Amino acid sequence: MIEIRIHGRGGQGAVTSAELLALAAFKDKKYAQSFPMFGVERRGAPVEAFCRIDKEKIMERSQIYEPDYVLVLDSTLLKSVDVTKGLKKSGLLVINSKQDVSKLNLNFEIGKIISIDLNSIALNIIGRPIVNTAMLGAFAGITNIITLKSLTEAIQERFDEKIAIKNKELAEKSYEIARKFVLGMKKNEIQ
Amino acid sequence: MKFNKGAVIDEPGSTEKNKTGGWRDKKPVIDKSKCTKCGICWVFCPEGAIYRNEKGEFEINYDYCKGCLICAEECPIKVISITEEEK
Amino acid sequence: MKTLISGNEACAIGAKLCRPKVIPVYPITPSTHTAEKISELIANGELDAEMIKVESEHSALSACIGAQVCGVRTFTVTASQGLALMHEVLFNASGLRLPIVMGVANRALSAPINIWGDQSDALAERDSSWLQFYCESAQEILDTVIQAYKISENHDVLLPSMVCFDGFTLSHVSEPVDVPEQSEVDEFLGDYIPYYKFDIENPKTIGALAFPDTFMEFKKQQEDAMRKAKETIKIVNKEFSKKFGRSYGDGLIDAYNMEDAEKCLIALGSLCSTAKVVVDNLREKVGIVRVRSFRPFPSNELRDICSGVKAIAVIDRAFSYGHAGVLYNEVKSALYDLKERPKISNFVIGLGGRDVRKEDIEFSIKNADKNEIFWVNTKE
Repeated sequence: MIEIRIHGRGGQGAVTSAELLALAAFKDKKYAQSFPMFGVERRGAPVEAFCRIDKEKIMERSQIYEPDYVLVLDSTLLKSVDVTKGLKKSGLLVINSKQDVSKLNLNFEIGKIISIDLNSIALNIIGRPIVNTAMLGAFAGITNIITLKSLTEAIQERFDEKIAIKNKELAEKSYEIARKFVLGMKKNEIQ
Repeated sequence: MKFNKGAVIDEPGSTEKNKTGGWRDKKPVIDKSKCTKCGICWVFCPEGAIYRNEKGEFEINYDYCKGCLICAEECPIKVISITEEEK
Repeated sequence: MKTLISGNEACAIGAKLCRPKVIPVYPITPSTHTAEKISELIANGELDAEMIKVESEHSALSACIGAQVCGVRTFTVTASQGLALMHEVLFNASGLRLPIVMGVANRALSAPINIWGDQSDALAERDSSWLQFYCESAQEILDTVIQAYKISENHDVLLPSMVCFDGFTLSHVSEPVDVPEQSEVDEFLGDYIPYYKFDIENPKTIGALAFPDTFMEFKKQQEDAMRKAKETIKIVNKEFSKKFGRSYGDGLIDAYNMEDAEKCLIALGSLCSTAKVVVDNLREKVGIVRVRSFRPFPSNELRDICSGVKAIAVIDRAFSYGHAGVLYNEVKSALYDLKERPKISNFVIGLGGRDVRKEDIEFSIKNADKNEIFWVNTKE
């Protein structure tokens, strides 16, 4: 079973990301479960969302304490939130940031952190720095845990036509960039 | 005895069997000679115990009047008197 | 059709498939999404029903009663303080023998104010003469709503049902759910046939006074109906299985690994799902009995399945202050008649949304034979 935690701020679409991730995995014929951080949410405040993906039916209903993957939609969170908390040593951290990983000062093995400037891609395509679908495209490109096809189908299903078109393009573009990025890295550095 | 589920009573108007006039200890009496037939007592009676007879006069059905005396209170010309119930 | 939806959405879609005509709702966390989804289904033309925006939960259930006596199916959903505000109306609904179905996204009761999950709200309404079902998955919520109408509307039962599901742990978690076809549910459920209704041709008095010389007889009828509900729940569970290929234990209890179990865990709701993962990884012979129907309570079924078990851990997400966990009380009294009584311990876990972790369940199983009441994972 793969467990994923997504960090964002209220309004950035972290909860939607977890849902889209689960929906894409479901379309890939896997079992999936997604849930928000239980409780209250405020625009701008740090939020978390979670996703489990497995080939078997998922029985576990406790919260996720030791995720295999952490996705960070907003690098300003690094100042206030310990995004590496509980992240498995074998895990992977993907951050939306312009900074090189060595400059992010994270308490985690540098080889297992990937930093991609998703804001620029999002600004180019949708004109706003909303990066949730971009992050999922990148995640698919890096890990192959969900297929790009299922992800774009999930986006198509969840959003209105107009928003879906742009977001599919965004996911595809981020997927490509992440794919190239991964091919450029040594194979053993990536899970 | 019949116990319908949900205590539903399928015989309409069965409340009439329960004559509540016996609860009364003060008795309102309408002075028909002075009554202007405005009907305010009839409107206010919570029991529907005031009715209009064939002559158009208002009368109290003492089988059901509980003696709340709202009629006497509401009568604008105060022609409903309050008397002691003879028991 | 298989789709990925939350527990709240599953509840709404389950209700929609039963074609309720009147749905009075006052929204409250964590049940709000059920109401939102229903209003969406009505707006999209997928559900032909009147949704009444009432001024309180007291009014919501009162409006259900009013509509139901006119001869239609009704549905509502609530949680926590909302259910507490319905308290007196609950007794009216059951006393009038109206087969209303209500979703309850279980949540703690104030004070201190808390919006998260536990089962204090519905368990506090134990004696309201409502059937109470506790679900383990989003799929079970949808299926149980359909079953609940069938059970409640049976003229031998005629008692309302609460379909309870853990707030957040189920209400807010999205997972795969198989949504049956409308035509299949129509076939399974059939049209609503009221036992009585307001009818100009046949006037009736509904909501009359019962004097001391008749009141007890009506209350005895409710208890007789509860006893008949046990059999009806089992039958409906079997019929449901035949039609849709899914069933939940015998309808009353759902047993796991109980064949040669030496220890067993008894609980309500979604934590039983996590417990299965725990039990699978243990070397001991541990089984799980999930109480699906809390009212009527499956005393005989528990006695049968627990005979031979040496120690039982009862997990409670609600507490009867001054005594013990709510489910623990019931289990203990049910097992009193066993010749060889097992040791029974009580584990109070996950009040006010505290996560029910695998460690907590392991701890409970390990200490099942202590004959004690434990408040698990609490700070000093």
